Amino acid sequence: MDWNLLITQMLNGLQLGLLLFLLASGLTLIFGIMDFINLSHGSFYMIGAYFCGTVVSITGSLLAGIVVGLVCTFAIGALVEWFIARRLYRADHLDHVLVTFGLILVFDTLVHMIWGAAGMAIPLPDVLNDQVSFGSLVLPTYRLVIIASGLLVALILYVMVSRTRLGMLIRAGASNRTMVEALGININKLFLIVFAIGATMSGFAGMLIAPITEASIGMGNEIIIIAFVVVIVGGIGSIKGAFFAALIIGLMDTLGRSYLDDVLELSMPTEYAETAAPALSAMLVYILMAVVLAFRPQGLFPPAGSK
Amino acid sequence: MLPKTTSAWVYTVMLLLLVIAPGIFNVIDEPFYLDLLSRGLILAIAALSLNLILGYGGMVSLGHAAYIGIGAYCVGIPAYYDFYSGWLHLGLTILVCGVFALITGAISLRTKGVYFIMITLAFSQMVYFTFVSMEEYGGDDGLVIYLRSEFPSWLSMDSPVSLYYWILGVLFITLFFIHRLVGARFGRVIVGSRFNEDRMQSLGFSTYRYRLTCYVISGVICGIAGMLLGNFTSFISPEMMGWTRSGELIFMVVMGGAGTLFGPLVGTAAFVFLEEFLSYITIYWHLIFGLMLVALVLYGKGGIHGWLTMLDRRGENG
Repeated sequence: MDWNLLITQMLNGLQLGLLLFLLASGLTLIFGIMDFINLSHGSFYMIGAYFCGTVVSITGSLLAGIVVGLVCTFAIGALVEWFIARRLYRADHLDHVLVTFGLILVFDTLVHMIWGAAGMAIPLPDVLNDQVSFGSLVLPTYRLVIIASGLLVALILYVMVSRTRLGMLIRAGASNRTMVEALGININKLFLIVFAIGATMSGFAGMLIAPITEASIGMGNEIIIIAFVVVIVGGIGSIKGAFFAALIIGLMDTLGRSYLDDVLELSMPTEYAETAAPALSAMLVYILMAVVLAFRPQGLFPPAGSK
Repeated sequence: MLPKTTSAWVYTVMLLLLVIAPGIFNVIDEPFYLDLLSRGLILAIAALSLNLILGYGGMVSLGHAAYIGIGAYCVGIPAYYDFYSGWLHLGLTILVCGVFALITGAISLRTKGVYFIMITLAFSQMVYFTFVSMEEYGGDDGLVIYLRSEFPSWLSMDSPVSLYYWILGVLFITLFFIHRLVGARFGRVIVGSRFNEDRMQSLGFSTYRYRLTCYVISGVICGIAGMLLGNFTSFISPEMMGWTRSGELIFMVVMGGAGTLFGPLVGTAAFVFLEEFLSYITIYWHLIFGLMLVALVLYGKGGIHGWLTMLDRRGENG
């Protein structure tokens, strides 16, 4: 067995998992606290990447791009909450699906109008566009940067949620919203902040990945569905659940794509294994979600005290 | 026997127009409109089937486009092996969609609300990726169907006009079937368990079985729409069952008026018309489309059917 390949693939899985966590942590809070299904959460992922790319192409600094991108996605998230989402928290889920589906169309087209149909490449500074070697193992520096920033954000989020007053309110909101309201907390302000922070993290994920894949229209629409899988598997409203589910799904998806055919070959002829493996590996995460929903609908790590 | 209300007038005239439409298009020599109308009616059948579970039953499925895809591939895959028998295609569609709906429905219906939305989405994504990875049948690139399903000559769908009447026939049967189904005890149980499932259960109905039956019926009808779409487009690909397609189907149902017989039909008509009209005006038509969708939910309660019945009520009062 090629151990270097395995380690590389596991790091790729970790990278995907952390990106998913950045998307899913906001999604799960919006879902858990406001009971709002936001299909357009992936649009912030795309918008973040485009804002960052534009600033990078003007200033040449990736850091400036990320800072501006974070501020812009925060602002746009707050606007969407203020003008649209806020009015729908008490409506039924079907309305959420429709409105946020409409928002996806709006954001995709706006990006098309402003930046054109072609994708936008974001160049990396030379420092990051390098490789690091550990013995015989050679890894791109930037991948390690993505992993490190993902872990850092997860840590910041953890400290914020478990150690600050805002975090306390967020946890309380995810467990029992009515009680938080009854205790006289300004719930509107809390919702606005949660929504905007969620949008910012989604945008950050988009900025991290864009130098590898380039920013493109609709880039958020596929990954957002996987992020929903993460939310469901982890348990709606649970940051901890989102973290572990994101890592499980990231690793499962990446390793499934590389090794499933070898595993299947143990039990069936090679030609069947080679046909079945791609289909099965693409389906793995959805199978996981269906199994979780059928047998443990509250998710693997539901937030404490929720029904 | 004349229709009594504004909405009934609108629907009667609409159905009559659908019957004579090919003649009109022939006179004004615009075959393109027949294509557009055929596509619209196929989508209308799919929307009617979704409305059965979503509108009447309150089961919001975000994976209904999967059945369109399965139906289309039930034409495409046999045709790939030179089996063109229409009865085979139709039978296969009903069988495969029925079994798929039975299995996935049995699992999905154990969940409620948002979980139901997500699990139906998950199953449709599985179907999507299955077809994407089937290299033999074109994978991502799709599959061309060279000949239409073969039926006896009086049922042939070879010419555009005969295919149109095939579609219209299926649409009428579906409308009539849903009308009867919803009026029957079965439909009352389905609607009743949307509003208060506990009460239906305490009345002695096994709501799970009723819902599952309803889900299977809906899947089969949608599959037949897919079989027609496969014949109509003669090119099929996994793209027809992406999750955004399922989102569009919900849009059609809600725009027309969920839980009403004709709602999905007018909703689809409006959808297809807007799509053609707006994309003719500007390449950025999705922007207007998206804004309309947002406005529809925020301000347009009840959809087109709701607005028409508002006219009815105004008529009664005035």
